[in-house]
Amino acid sequence: MGMTITEKILAAHAGLEEVKAGELINAKVDIALGNDITGPVAIKEFEKMGVEKVFDPEKVVLVPDHFAPAKDIKSAEQCKVLRDFARSQELTHYYEVGQMGIEHCLLPEQGIVAPGDLVIGADSHTVTYGALGAFATGVGSTDLAAAMATGEVWLRVPETIKVNLTGKPSSPWVVGKDVILDLIGKIGVDGALYQALEFCGEGLSHLSMDSRFTIANMAIEAGAKNGIMPVDEKTLIYTKCRVKKPYQVYESDPDAVYSQEIEIDLTSLKPQVAFPHLPSNTRSIEDVGEVFIDQVVIGSCTNGRMEDMRIAAQILKGKKVHPYLRLIVIPGTQGIYQQCMREGIVETIIEAGGVFSTPTCGPCLGGYMGILAKGERALTTTNRNFVGRMGHPESEIYLANPAVAAASAVKGRIAAPEEVIGN
Amino acid sequence: MSKYIGKVWRVGDDIDTDLIIAARHLNDASPENLRKNCLQDVIPDFAEKISKGDILVAGKNFGCGSSREHAPLAIKHCGVSCVVAHSFARIFYRNAINIGLPIITVGDVVEAFQDGDSIEVDVNQGIIRHLDKGQEYQAETFPPFIQEIIAAGNLVNYVKKRVKGDV
Ligand code: SF4
Repeated sequence: MGMTITEKILAAHAGLEEVKAGELINAKVDIALGNDITGPVAIKEFEKMGVEKVFDPEKVVLVPDHFAPAKDIKSAEQCKVLRDFARSQELTHYYEVGQMGIEHCLLPEQGIVAPGDLVIGADSHTVTYGALGAFATGVGSTDLAAAMATGEVWLRVPETIKVNLTGKPSSPWVVGKDVILDLIGKIGVDGALYQALEFCGEGLSHLSMDSRFTIANMAIEAGAKNGIMPVDEKTLIYTKCRVKKPYQVYESDPDAVYSQEIEIDLTSLKPQVAFPHLPSNTRSIEDVGEVFIDQVVIGSCTNGRMEDMRIAAQILKGKKVHPYLRLIVIPGTQGIYQQCMREGIVETIIEAGGVFSTPTCGPCLGGYMGILAKGERALTTTNRNFVGRMGHPESEIYLANPAVAAASAVKGRIAAPEEVIGN
Repeated sequence: MSKYIGKVWRVGDDIDTDLIIAARHLNDASPENLRKNCLQDVIPDFAEKISKGDILVAGKNFGCGSSREHAPLAIKHCGVSCVVAHSFARIFYRNAINIGLPIITVGDVVEAFQDGDSIEVDVNQGIIRHLDKGQEYQAETFPPFIQEIIAAGNLVNYVKKRVKGDV
C-alpha cells in the first residue's frame, strides 16, 4: 500500500519500512526548538532527567522571541535561563536579540530546516516548516525536554487530509492567508484534529514560498498535527542558497490513503476575514460590512515575511494611516528588516504614519508592543483571534491578509485593497 | 491510582489555551501564578472556587491553540484531579499525559453532566460514572505505550528510567 509524504518521513525517522495511520512510534528528531516561554520550562524538566548534555548541540535550537527584547523583569529572567543554557550546552543555534527573529520565520531563512526533516518545537506554529516538505509539529515543554535528552519523540502517525488546490488567484491581493482561512472556515477549528493536512495540486505552483509558509503555519488552527507540501522548483530555489546539510525529498505515492479530500479553487477565492473569536469564523471581504477598527498589526510568524512587507508597502505608498487608528508593522527577522530598509519599505510605512518595529512576537500573543484596551478592535495578519489573545478579554480581533490590513489602516475600517489602490 | 471522584465544573467547546492561561501571565511559570490565573476569563475566580479533587468536564477540542504546557499545569495546580472532554486538542492531550494530569476522551457522554454533578472517573478502565443518576458509561482507554508513561507518573520519570536502561 502506498504511503503519504508524512508517513514516509515518519517511517524513515522511526527506522521502519512502513508505518500506518494510528500507529505509535518513537522517532528521531532532526531539530528540537524552544522559545523564551516554553524553553525555560523544558530546561527545568531536562535537568530532572539525569542527563548532562543535550543529544546534539547542532540540533537543539533556542530563540527568544515572544517577550524579547525583554518586556519586563520576569521576561528578562526567562530569557536569561535560555541564554545560560545555550552557552553551557554550547548550542550552535541560539539567536540573541539583534540576530533573532520570530522563530518560524527565522529557522527556514537560516537554512536550519530542510525538506524531509522531522522537526518538533515547543510552539504550536512549528507546523510552518511543512511548507518545505518537512514533518514539523508542535509539542509541549516536557516533550522538548525529552527530545533534548534522547533525540527522540513519541508520535502517533496521523491520518492525512488531502487539500487539492486548483486554478490561479485572479487578484494580486489573494495570497496564502486566504487559502488557509477559507479552509479553516470550511472544516472548523477541529476539522483536522490529530490529522495531517497535505496541500497539493497545480494551484500550489502559483503560490510563493512566503504564501506557503503562511498556509502551513495555520494548519494548527484547524487542529492539524502537521501541514505539509510537496517539494517543487520553488522549494528548491528557496533551499538552495540556505540549506547546507544533505537532505532527502519525499513524495506521496499515487496510491497513498487519505481520510478525506477537499478542493479549493484559487481562481474564485476572495480575500478572507476571520471574525471574533475563532479563526473559523470567516467571511469573504465583500460580506464584511462596516467594521471600524482601532489598530492594525502586520507581522507574526504567519505574515511577517518579505512578501507581506512588500504588499503592505505597495498599498501604503503615498497614503496616510487613518487618524483614529494605530498601525504597527513588525518584520519577522533581522534579515527581512534589512531588506525592508534597502527597498524603502521602512520609510513608506513611517511616512504613512505607521510604527516599524524590531522583530518580536509582541502583540500577536498579547505580550507587549500593542496591547488592546477594553472594547477596542484590531485587524491583524496574525493567526489567532481568541478571546483576550491581544489584550483585554472584551477586545476584538479580526484576521486577514496584509493587503486587507494595509487598506484597512488607511480607511479606519475593514476595507478591500481595491478601495485604496487599483488592480 | 486511576480513579477520581469529584464535583463537576462544566465548560463548553473550543476552550483554548489563552482562556486556560492567558499569555499575559506567561512571563512567570511559578505554580502560584498559574494557579490563580487559571480559566480566569471563563469562570472568574475559578482557582478560589474549586475544591481539591474537582473534575473539569469540557466539550469538543479542549485546549486548542498554543503549545503552552502552562495550560495543563495551571489546571493541575488548581487541584483539578482529572479532565473529561468530548475531545482534546492534540498538543494539550500530549502535554497532559507528559506532566501527569489525568485526562479522558468520552465523546457525547459529556452531555450527561452539569455543573455541580458528582462524577467518578476510572482513567485506566475508561469508565465514567454519574453518581447522582447512578449511570455508567464506557470511554476510550489509552494504548499500552501511553499507559507506560502514565504508570511512570510523567514523561520525565519515564525518560529517567529509559536513560538508566530500566525500560
Ligand atoms: S508570532 Fe504569534 S503565533 Fe507566531 S510564534 Fe510568535 S506568538 Fe506564536
